[in-house]
Amino acid sequence: MLTLTSPVETWLHRWPAGVKLAMVALGTVLIFAIKDPWIMGLVVAALMLAYLAQGARFAAQGLRLLHPLWPFFLILALWHLWLAEPRQGLLLAGRMLSAVALANLVTMTTRLDAMLAVLERLLAPLVHLGLRPRVLALAMALVIRFVPVLLDKAGQLRQAWRARSPRRVGAQIVLPLALAALDDADHVAEALRARGGL
Amino acid sequence: MERNLTHIALFAALIAVLGLVPKIDLVSGVPITAQSLGIMLCGTVLGAKRGALAVLLFLALVAAGLPLLAGGRGGLGVFASPTVGYLVGFPLAAFTAGLVVERWRISIGVAAFAGAVLGGIVVMHLCGILGMAAILGKSLPEAAMLALPFLAGDLLKSGLAAGITQGLARMRPASVLSRA
Repeated sequence: MLTLTSPVETWLHRWPAGVKLAMVALGTVLIFAIKDPWIMGLVVAALMLAYLAQGARFAAQGLRLLHPLWPFFLILALWHLWLAEPRQGLLLAGRMLSAVALANLVTMTTRLDAMLAVLERLLAPLVHLGLRPRVLALAMALVIRFVPVLLDKAGQLRQAWRARSPRRVGAQIVLPLALAALDDADHVAEALRARGGL
Repeated sequence: MERNLTHIALFAALIAVLGLVPKIDLVSGVPITAQSLGIMLCGTVLGAKRGALAVLLFLALVAAGLPLLAGGRGGLGVFASPTVGYLVGFPLAAFTAGLVVERWRISIGVAAFAGAVLGGIVVMHLCGILGMAAILGKSLPEAAMLALPFLAGDLLKSGLAAGITQGLARMRPASVLSRA
């Protein structure tokens, strides 16, 4: 499975994941504290430069990651032009754009294994609630392994549907897909127990 | 113990797959993402606690940078976007749906429908609307208008979740952990 980490190797890739996460947390708090549209504009410009500094391919990928935001920009634009308060609209749009772009920058420059290692460290205190780090790591590995397996299964179900019906693929395939997930879960549980359990 | 773990992991994978499978027609001609159907199923099939844990596991992997959200979205950015409320609502929705199925000892289809509506629609949109209101700087009724177009599809998904839960309970009674 492909991750969202950029294949374009940048100097940001070499920073420790924990440092980048702390910076994005601090940065987001600061971004939400900005009340002046001009300062917000500077932040947006700085982030744009940060993306462009990593090369055109990196910046294009970053732009693609921002696509899901456009309906919200449209809503903000219509709303604040209607109310004739463009300053407030620009501030909100800039805040949304910069907070998401900043977070995406970390995701794009941090490898999955580094991120998962930080996640495990952050969740380590949960051992007091009975969640052992080993179990958590196994659970995450199982999900990563079984997403492609179930996607494959869904693909087979879709093909079987198409071979037999002139209609478009319907929600009926969700039941056999859920059944496959339940059965796989039982089989993996048996296999784990057979190897000595957790 | 092993069974709990694998069920939680496999249903976390199921949520992802339902969001990634291209275009399932829920209503003829209107392709809607089935991801929230996966959230509902986590609750109604696995029960409150395990369902919520499956969703949290899914969200942890999204945060770590896997593009598992509907339309291949993911990474830390989605937690700063206006839809963050829905992400916070995901585990709460699964928990609520599971709680209804566990506690309301009526036929599982009816309980699953009630749970899916209460968790997957009421709780989910409540969280989602709060999130959109906060990020977009709008009042709650204004943000609620943005959620309105999705209600019909969600009601349909609740019906589907109920039917699927009932079907699973008939075929694999021991595996539907919310009632096992």
